[in-house]
Amino acid sequence: MASLLFYLLAATALLATLLCITRRSPVHAVIFLINAFFALALMFYLLGAPLIAAWEVIVYAGAIMVLFLFVIMTLELSPESQRPALSRRQWAPALLLFLLLLISAGLILTFDPAGQAGVPFFYASPRSFGAALFNRYGLAVEIVSFQLLFAAAGAYYLGRRRKARQPEESS
Amino acid sequence: MNDLLLTGLLMLIKLGMILAVLLTMAAYLVLAERKLLARMQRRYGPNRVGFGGMLQPLADLIKLLTKEDFLPAQADKWLFLLAPGLAAVTALLAFAVVPFAPPLELFGRQLPMVVCDLNVGILYFFGLSSLAVYGVALGGWASNSKYALLGALRAMGQMLSYELAMGLSIVPVILMARSFSLTEIVQAQASLPFALTNPLAFGIFFIAALAESKRTPFDLPEAENELVAGFHTEYSGMRFGLFFVGEYLNLVVLGAIITSLFLGGWHGPLLPPIIWFLGKVLAVAFVFIWIRGTLPRLRYDQLMAFGWKALLPLALVNLLATGGILLWLGGAS
Amino acid sequence: MNLWRDIKGTFQPFWITLRYLFKRPVTISYPEQKRTLPPRYRARMILTRDPDGEERCVACHLCSAACPVDCISMQAAERADGRRHAAWFRINFARCIYCGLCAEACPTLAIQMSSEYELGNRDLLKLVWEKEDLLVDHGGKDPDYHFYRHTGIGVVAPRGGNNDELPPVDIKTNLP
Ligand code: SF4
Ligand code: SF4
Repeated sequence: MASLLFYLLAATALLATLLCITRRSPVHAVIFLINAFFALALMFYLLGAPLIAAWEVIVYAGAIMVLFLFVIMTLELSPESQRPALSRRQWAPALLLFLLLLISAGLILTFDPAGQAGVPFFYASPRSFGAALFNRYGLAVEIVSFQLLFAAAGAYYLGRRRKARQPEESS
Repeated sequence: MNDLLLTGLLMLIKLGMILAVLLTMAAYLVLAERKLLARMQRRYGPNRVGFGGMLQPLADLIKLLTKEDFLPAQADKWLFLLAPGLAAVTALLAFAVVPFAPPLELFGRQLPMVVCDLNVGILYFFGLSSLAVYGVALGGWASNSKYALLGALRAMGQMLSYELAMGLSIVPVILMARSFSLTEIVQAQASLPFALTNPLAFGIFFIAALAESKRTPFDLPEAENELVAGFHTEYSGMRFGLFFVGEYLNLVVLGAIITSLFLGGWHGPLLPPIIWFLGKVLAVAFVFIWIRGTLPRLRYDQLMAFGWKALLPLALVNLLATGGILLWLGGAS
Repeated sequence: MNLWRDIKGTFQPFWITLRYLFKRPVTISYPEQKRTLPPRYRARMILTRDPDGEERCVACHLCSAACPVDCISMQAAERADGRRHAAWFRINFARCIYCGLCAEACPTLAIQMSSEYELGNRDLLKLVWEKEDLLVDHGGKDPDYHFYRHTGIGVVAPRGGNNDELPPVDIKTNLP
């Protein structure tokens, strides 16, 4: 039952991603991307990581994609000026990733055809997840959070108003 | 086998009852809102259909169902048709994690009075409330109308901004209850509701919830006097009705979430738990309506400034303070 | 202090709305309760009669000329004694905007506004009223007014025979 669900979700995620990169309208592409994220989140849940699943939905589907949508809607691309066909150079990274996928799939199939060495079932409750994150990987978490802070400060610096205007009166 | 059947049957009965109660509550909240607003403005409100207007929701339903389901030319057909459903369904699904009574002892088995006691329940609610914006955003975009698009943009900006404050205001609650599960959060408030132990978080959450549900004074996405009807300008008939139902379902769900997070859920003296729960939800809904009857709408820059410059820092400070106090009390394990 | 004023301004209204919640509504529930209308209320028109019981209207067309939406039409006729009247007189209340200009224009006080306002109807043609429907048996606002007793047309009195009237001028002579 669970594995059936898993394959269903995996197929959904793949299909949605495929549709996402082939749609001409950016809004449709975003919607399919959200779909893919949703399927991924459910897969995480099935794999015993409810926290990651929740965050996938909240952060990716719920916040970042809304931001994407916001920007797309603000720019309001007319249907004609949508994506031109990809040039050959733009196809290269996709092909590379596809090759990687093929190779890893091939490796898995040759070395473990019966699917024995699967991931051991492990249920990460929010508590144990948090403990592991901050005890074992505490330093890494701190470094990443600092980097994010720097990035935020940098973005703010880059996006500041060039000409120092008078601050607007706020009544 | 028999056992399984019984469990399934009980589940189904429970689900059916919850659905019926939720939808009826949403329908009658519309009536209650109209009546209360009217009385606050010294009018009667709807009082023609049935005794004192009691059948008004039914009449509205019939009216909406028989109206033309209009599809604007150049609208994005599928998105336009799907968006209202999305708005209603996300609101409905969010109720799944709300516990409305202590587990019931029935036929020698425990029947939890919650649809699904997820251990990340509160995050589940968050995920759905952040998905709720898609119904509005896509509906507004697909209508291919400037008013609807502006409404959708406003809704997205507003919900993104207030979600942050909302999330941060919940963290102290999670710290105090030491769990993501709403059932455990409610059980942690057996003696004292969190609204009393952490009033600041309660206030922030309440305001953010108002903004999330797009109600006055934060109803900019559907500001009637500038955007006609905002994101649902182009909708008619039952599709408009779905948006409407979604809004009021959202009201019920937010009331339930506020009740569980801050007001002690079903806990209360004397009366049975379910009565306490319903009473608290209705009280929260009443306050929402009261606010709508009292406060005017904010300007958009005021809304953003308030969210980012007042609520968010306050929530952060509150989080730090709560964490510090909990550590000081020796809560660290 | 500004902040204090803002806080007070935010929370005081709540008390007011709460108080209003328990006050009696001021609504007049229309079909059951009816307002007593002011005496000069302008609703549908009537055609009044003079003190002798005759129709006042002399079919002068002034009202239909004054009407901004052109909803009055009539056909003039004259009796053997020289008294003018309307052969038929028609007001389309589906078009009337109840502006009262017709009543103002009328030299004989024949057409007047009454306070009957419940004209709602689903059939538009039923809103076209004929003279028979419009005529009433009284003199309206100024019951003693009698047009022919003030003018020089010899219908009820010989020319120049009315009280406030000078005898006709003899245009054949210029003697004072
Ligand atoms: S009230 Fe005005 S609109 Fe009506 S008939 Fe008289 S002049 Fe015309
Ligand atoms: S109602 Fe008055 S204004 Fe109209 S035709 Fe008759 S006399 Fe003239």
